[in-house]
Amino acid sequence: MAWLPGVVERLLGEALVGELTVIGTQGQPITHPLIPLYDGERILMHSSTLFSRKLEHIKRNPHVSVALSDPVALRGLTDRATIQGTARVIEDDPHSQWEALILELWRKKEPVIDSFLKMRVALPLFFERAVIEISPERCLYWPDGDTTRAPEETQAPAREAA
Amino acid sequence: MPPIRREDFERLSTYPFVVVSWVDDRGYPMSVATDFSVDAERAAVALRATAGDMATIPTDRAINVLGSHIRPTPGQGYDERRYLQLWGTAAPASDGQLEFAPTRSWGWDESEIPFFEYSERSVPQSRKYLAQLSEEQGRTIRPRLSAGWLFLRTTRLPFLSATAVPVLLGIAVAARGGTFDLWLALLTVIGAAFAHLAINVSNDIFDTLSGADEANVTPTPFSGGSRILLYDLLTLRQLIALDAALFAGAAAIGLVLVWATNSATLLGIGLVGIGLGLAYTAPPLKLVYRGLGEIAVALGFGPVMLLGAYVVQTGALSWEAAVLSVPVAILVALILYVNEIPDRPGDAAAGKRTLPVRLSPTVVTGIYLGAAALAFAVVVAGVAVGLLPVAALVALLPAPLAWQVYGGLRRLYTQPYALMPVMATNIKLHAYVGILLLVGYGVTILYGFVSFG
Repeated sequence: MAWLPGVVERLLGEALVGELTVIGTQGQPITHPLIPLYDGERILMHSSTLFSRKLEHIKRNPHVSVALSDPVALRGLTDRATIQGTARVIEDDPHSQWEALILELWRKKEPVIDSFLKMRVALPLFFERAVIEISPERCLYWPDGDTTRAPEETQAPAREAA
Repeated sequence: MPPIRREDFERLSTYPFVVVSWVDDRGYPMSVATDFSVDAERAAVALRATAGDMATIPTDRAINVLGSHIRPTPGQGYDERRYLQLWGTAAPASDGQLEFAPTRSWGWDESEIPFFEYSERSVPQSRKYLAQLSEEQGRTIRPRLSAGWLFLRTTRLPFLSATAVPVLLGIAVAARGGTFDLWLALLTVIGAAFAHLAINVSNDIFDTLSGADEANVTPTPFSGGSRILLYDLLTLRQLIALDAALFAGAAAIGLVLVWATNSATLLGIGLVGIGLGLAYTAPPLKLVYRGLGEIAVALGFGPVMLLGAYVVQTGALSWEAAVLSVPVAILVALILYVNEIPDRPGDAAAGKRTLPVRLSPTVVTGIYLGAAALAFAVVVAGVAVGLLPVAALVALLPAPLAWQVYGGLRRLYTQPYALMPVMATNIKLHAYVGILLLVGYGVTILYGFVSFG
């Protein structure tokens, strides 16, 4: 169910890079700049198996956060947001499953991906990928990006009992 | 994560802001962007304090500070990618600031480690991840490529030009002498292609087993092997089966040609060719490991291929074919020679003592220029003594490319990826000279038809 504030959804829609923070084996935070995609409910990120330590970390501890903080990556928007949530790694078929799940969203943000995909033979492992599906649970939003002021906080509505 | 270094502070200072992350009391990561300044002398970073119950940078636990220049260029990907993250703790300071004392750092800067090298260095992580995933899911999960691309990559199909040139020239020399059999010509081309692809695959098998390919973290489309086994795109058993099939195809066609021509000379040439191809990387000779790879390739893709194709047509050897094979041999050996330059560190680590491993850059580039000049001089000399047709002189036209390659090698010797266009030009040099020699022979043959009606 979609609950993120509209301003934050807009940031997600524009962001070409966001910062995914995962929890490492020693309990330390580790941050990875990645392109965030948004399907109207969940945040979708993805990772090559080449750079899959973050996937191992998520499988061990699925709590993550996604920060949207760079005005250049946000195509001029100066607002900032951080979304906390629980992630799931989708990896049944790293060769092609990601294409079915996220290629269309990725292509909308980065049309150049099609030309990279044509070079799959040159970098075959780069295109063996897993999808990181993040269910947002809490959102902090800073209008104008001023983090010296307390953020506006929103939480996911409590799930109804089945 | 390596310990913090002094240069990390200088690097961090180049970013416009940082993202600070920690694990909150609920066990979730929390991130907030803030301004900062670096005091490299004191090995400290001043962070501007942030506000809010959830977003205040804590001073009672480890934090992560990230500077990132993963900056998108819409429609073009990314440029100047780099990021740096530091781990440590923060303590309250004056003026609403926090003092951050990092102890560990980790990052990537593509100006120091190009993306392709970064990816190559990460191959073991990919293998480990997929092995673990296979175990978790109870089935084998491996990288894949479509059959066509897999065959192209496994056999290094585009390098077949190295075979096409000498084989077609051998046939052309025979045709100039008045002998041409289309079916034998076709069989020769196909058989030679099978042999070349089989040798490519066997070289890959031995280079992977010896560790040479794994030690090479800067492969390019022209060097570093197919990496099919390293990437786990095929198993060793599958690759050996493919190699055996290619060798069997080459042997079968070779035997048909020997039978058709009844030529012991052809049988000898074929055996020498296959022997050279195997001995190139296979033990016990491992010629390329001893600095003899260029000579093996020169012989195999020069005289062996060209004279072999000539013998198929005529049943005999000739001085014209032998002389014509020399420039082709030199230029094909120079393809290998130049392609070995970016492989130097990996080859050296694997005990592969190629000429670029053994010799200084000045000597290697000097030898390149001398050898290329010799190739063109042989064409001129061959024409001067009347062995080669005058029209073969058209093959001198691409000579400036050799000079371009020489210049590129001098400028970019230590930059594997920047060398890629230079390697491509060097391959074109061999192909263009071969094509123009064919054109020269074609013109000569046509002129002969017209003259003698």
